[in-house]
Amino acid sequence: MVEKMHALSLSRRSLTRRRLLELSSALAVLPVIAEAQPAPSGTAAAAPASTAGGSAVIDVDRARAAPIPIAIPDFFGGAGELAHLNHDLAQVITNDLANCGLFKPINPAAFVAPAQAFEQSGVPAWHDWQAIGAQALVTGRISGASGDSIRVEFRLWDILPQQQIQGTAYTTSVKNWRRVAHMIADAVYERLLGEQGYFDTRIVYVSAVGPMAHRIKRLAIMDQDGANLRYLTDGSWLVLTPRFHPKRDEIAFMSFAHRQPRVYLFDLTTGAENLLGMWEGMTLSPRFSPDGNSVVLAATRGGASNIYVVDLATGRKRQLTDSGAIDVSPCYSPDGQQIVFNSDRGGDQQLYIMNADGSNVRRISFGQGRYATPVWSPRGDLIAFTRLGKDTWNIGVMHPDGTGERLLSEGFAVEGPTFCPNGRVIMFWRATPARDASGAGRTSRLVTVDITGFNEREVPTPTDASDPAWSPLGA
Amino acid sequence: MNIRILAAFAVAALVAACGAQKETAATTTGAGATAAPSGPVPGSEQDFVQNVGDRIYFDFDRSTLRPEAKETLDRQSAWLEKYPQVKVQVAGNCDERGTEEYNLALGQRRADADRDYVVAKGVSAARMTTISYGKDRPVALGSTPEAWAQNRNAITSVQ
Repeated sequence: MVEKMHALSLSRRSLTRRRLLELSSALAVLPVIAEAQPAPSGTAAAAPASTAGGSAVIDVDRARAAPIPIAIPDFFGGAGELAHLNHDLAQVITNDLANCGLFKPINPAAFVAPAQAFEQSGVPAWHDWQAIGAQALVTGRISGASGDSIRVEFRLWDILPQQQIQGTAYTTSVKNWRRVAHMIADAVYERLLGEQGYFDTRIVYVSAVGPMAHRIKRLAIMDQDGANLRYLTDGSWLVLTPRFHPKRDEIAFMSFAHRQPRVYLFDLTTGAENLLGMWEGMTLSPRFSPDGNSVVLAATRGGASNIYVVDLATGRKRQLTDSGAIDVSPCYSPDGQQIVFNSDRGGDQQLYIMNADGSNVRRISFGQGRYATPVWSPRGDLIAFTRLGKDTWNIGVMHPDGTGERLLSEGFAVEGPTFCPNGRVIMFWRATPARDASGAGRTSRLVTVDITGFNEREVPTPTDASDPAWSPLGA
Repeated sequence: MNIRILAAFAVAALVAACGAQKETAATTTGAGATAAPSGPVPGSEQDFVQNVGDRIYFDFDRSTLRPEAKETLDRQSAWLEKYPQVKVQVAGNCDERGTEEYNLALGQRRADADRDYVVAKGVSAARMTTISYGKDRPVALGSTPEAWAQNRNAITSVQ
């Protein structure tokens, strides 16, 4: 058996989060090997080359109808202080795959294959896994490396053809163990569904506590599954609408600091906050361009709100709209060529698209009610929005030409969709109404839903939460 | 006793006075006019709230001034003419039946409509600032049409 190490360093933008992981592809004990090919820098990881004899990929639509049965037994090898990781790594992977709705992790109580047999032979007891209906099997071995680092070797097995379809080893500081679990879940997702996963991602959102008349709002950031929560601002000032930079460890958001509501940039590595440009009025609804070189936002003046793009290197502003109406919530198409935005220029809030230079404005929403908060899918094929009906609101999607509108979720107040990096899942927030004049009964929670409207789930947060934004993969 | 300790006392006293004043103003705003025997100090925030009216209301998704809003703003303009040292901030607010970003711009439009009217009446624009809180600073906490009507406002406060 040969073990070949590729010391590939992944895109590590955050010192705390990203620096310490190394990925190597481990040669398998069985002849079929899939090599993971993580991207060397900022860009999203490339799809692994499809190797001869690799598993038949199940497409996402089929997996929605029939989630893939997968067995994820506890890892082995972790000893002493690392012993808990045997179970915990498997648990995080299990949760990721179960929550996405496309996999059906098999209850470990049903496992018949003795763990020791695999540990000794290094080969799954194929028939035992087949007997409980597993289509795929994830195994992992943990070993201590130097210092506080660990090495986690993961293998993905296709049960029916009895072959390994991926083997990858991760070496990292032990405190990054949850990230390794998410990366393994992403590898499983990608290998079995043929699309990049989205588990090694974070969510930035606005946390709210305190009485309704005196809410304290703070920027909060957490892993996609709710772990590793930390607060970025101290609640001194109202903060709203944080959004991730596509490449750097940076967030654009709106702060009411010194009662001057403006867009700021927040450096996640240093914690520094910087005002984005000097403006006569309020600036709001920022989003980075796909190349990360500029921010598109709205600025108010004289009762109107117009859309501007600000070059981050030069600070130069360029005004894109001047309708005298309220133009807000701009968002670039993934190719950077177009911008979708919200405007009441036609009398009430609707969705419009323009070219990135402000030309060729056309309305795309024509359904019932008002439309708001458009965001462009990372795949380019959909625009998600909030639709405001008379009594209830919806989260929905439509094609960029306005056709194919579908409503995914409904409630008293559902608002502010954000796409996961592969475009398959949308997160938004759901607010409940007050039961009485005291405001009792109000809650605000983050929710995910598949773009087909299935698998709606609440995302756990310890406080009320709103304004979620999904990070790029590996950020 | 050295001067530094004196200074500390002075600061403490100022803070206390300030806190008390704010408390009074808040109570007055919340409970409506409760005429104290002596009445509010002319030219004070309390005077403004009780005797002039510190807020105007808007229709849903609109920033046009209603007739009664103009009457309130006429009284505000006259009061501001009378107390030329006073500076004010107009805060525009929205009900919860709109999206956050749009409501921020709508609240600003309401604050601007208020400010523009008062400035047109002759009050110096330099004495007035505006801000919008969108739907983030409701005065009524219920989820009823009545609560929403109260929350579609522009509230002027003495700075």
